[in-house]
Amino acid sequence: MTAFNLRGTWAIFTRELMRAFRTAFQSILSPVLTTSLYFIVFGSAIGGRMPALGGVEYAAFIIPGLLMLTLLGETTSNASFGIYMPRFTGTIYELLSAPVGVAETLIGFVGAAAMKSLILAAIILFTASFFVDYHIAHPLLAVGFIVLVSASFSLFGFILGIWADSFEKLGIIPMLILMPLTFLGGTFYSIDMLPAPWDKIAMANPIVYLVNGLRWTFYGASDVSIGTSLGLTLGFLAICVAVIAFIFRTGWRLRE
Amino acid sequence: MHDPILEISGLTKVYTGGTKALEDVDLTIRKGEIFALLGPNGAGKTTLIGAVCGLVRPTGGTIRAFGGDMAHDWRSARARIGLVPQELSTDMFEPVERAVAYSRGLFGQPHDKARIEEILRSLSLWDKRKAQIRELSGGMKRRVLIAKALAHEPELLFLDEPTAGVDVELRKDMWRLIAAMRERGVTIILTTHYIEEAEEMADRVGIINKGRILMVDEKAAMMARLGRTEARIALAQPLPQLPDAIARFPVELTADGMALVYRGGDGTGKGRAEVAGLTKALVAAGIDYCGIDIHDSSLEDIFVGLLGQQREAA
Repeated sequence: MTAFNLRGTWAIFTRELMRAFRTAFQSILSPVLTTSLYFIVFGSAIGGRMPALGGVEYAAFIIPGLLMLTLLGETTSNASFGIYMPRFTGTIYELLSAPVGVAETLIGFVGAAAMKSLILAAIILFTASFFVDYHIAHPLLAVGFIVLVSASFSLFGFILGIWADSFEKLGIIPMLILMPLTFLGGTFYSIDMLPAPWDKIAMANPIVYLVNGLRWTFYGASDVSIGTSLGLTLGFLAICVAVIAFIFRTGWRLRE
Repeated sequence: MHDPILEISGLTKVYTGGTKALEDVDLTIRKGEIFALLGPNGAGKTTLIGAVCGLVRPTGGTIRAFGGDMAHDWRSARARIGLVPQELSTDMFEPVERAVAYSRGLFGQPHDKARIEEILRSLSLWDKRKAQIRELSGGMKRRVLIAKALAHEPELLFLDEPTAGVDVELRKDMWRLIAAMRERGVTIILTTHYIEEAEEMADRVGIINKGRILMVDEKAAMMARLGRTEARIALAQPLPQLPDAIARFPVELTADGMALVYRGGDGTGKGRAEVAGLTKALVAAGIDYCGIDIHDSSLEDIFVGLLGQQREAA
């Protein structure tokens, strides 16, 4: 056995991807439907009466925010379910007794969750093209940013799945924290549009930096600089990696 | 045959909350043997298995497998160890064949369709390979767990209560399967509530209670050391007292004088020979009898007796 169990990593990765395809309606079709409804309501019905924001048509303006809204929710849920279910059903015994360490486990679970998010992002962008004409200014940077956010929130979801000891707890963070923060994070408006002091208070919302980071890669302009967005996202990724390393070192909620 | 494959020394586990599940456990498992770990519920059997397999973090002690310290060489050791858990824990929506292939990959082995087919056939699961696990009966699900544990061809296999909740026929089927695995050179450690199972299959037996190993010995030696023969001889006529002709035997007369009770021997057949001698002595003394009920103590009797002694000592 070498220092890294590549076959074990691949086994986890492919199994997790298959799990997503097995629940394709919930994992893929449901968010596509939800996003399409957002485009119909906010893009077509309301968007037609809204002025262009920063030179970008309103329906196109909301694309990065909607993408982020779906990505954060789905990525976190997928990753948290991926590790919570084996804990809940007891099948985690196999993972814990296998020759796989923190790296293999993370790459397998988080890689699969991030891959699902990328597939989802591609489907949402494809869906959006039916409702609005848009052009991505920095496509490579956009893909890179989506990968970074997906990986970060997959790690976050993994932590959530280890922390949770009930289905209720599993749903609390995505539903009661992530979704409201994303709605308030500039998905449907520019922070400039908020009256004082809300424009300043909004800057304390970390999701503002994610939405605006992605918006910058799409249109080359946003409420915050791309450097700040990238820096904060990388910082969040580093914190998640540190927490997971601690979990594996101590066995917290994994090994008795 | 006597090379150690697993050496546990001073193993201790104290759970959060203070429950002491294992206390200074020393145990050596020999390559190629079937070792049965017996103990009542909560004795520490599953914790001991969990500590070796990586499910439980030991509080103290060392575990060496295949010559290496598992605290450092866990990766290579785990690749050679298989575990069949007590609970039917598996993804119930997964098809059988895919579940087994996943286990093989997880333990670092290349995909091998022929090997997986061989394992599934040996467990009579080949016809069910495309079925989702939830569609199978309880016994079949347990076979799937065994197939998953065998998928990476382990040299050391832990079976935690392998026949719990399965019917008698399937249990005997499992015994045949375990015997076949041993034939292939797999070392097997099993925990069981069915002492008959240990008696049937094990080369050596360990008795654990309250986190401590009470005894480890060859099954035959344990039976010889602690085994007893008990015979009840029903008399045709009541006797007022024990006749001198049989006084040399370890025998007692019942209160009503209608039966003689022999307790002796050592589990090697000596007791039965003595009972034969006793009956000859009765005939020679003209004492008529109308029935003999003879019983050798089982591993279960020994087990219950040991636990009773421990309770009394406490």
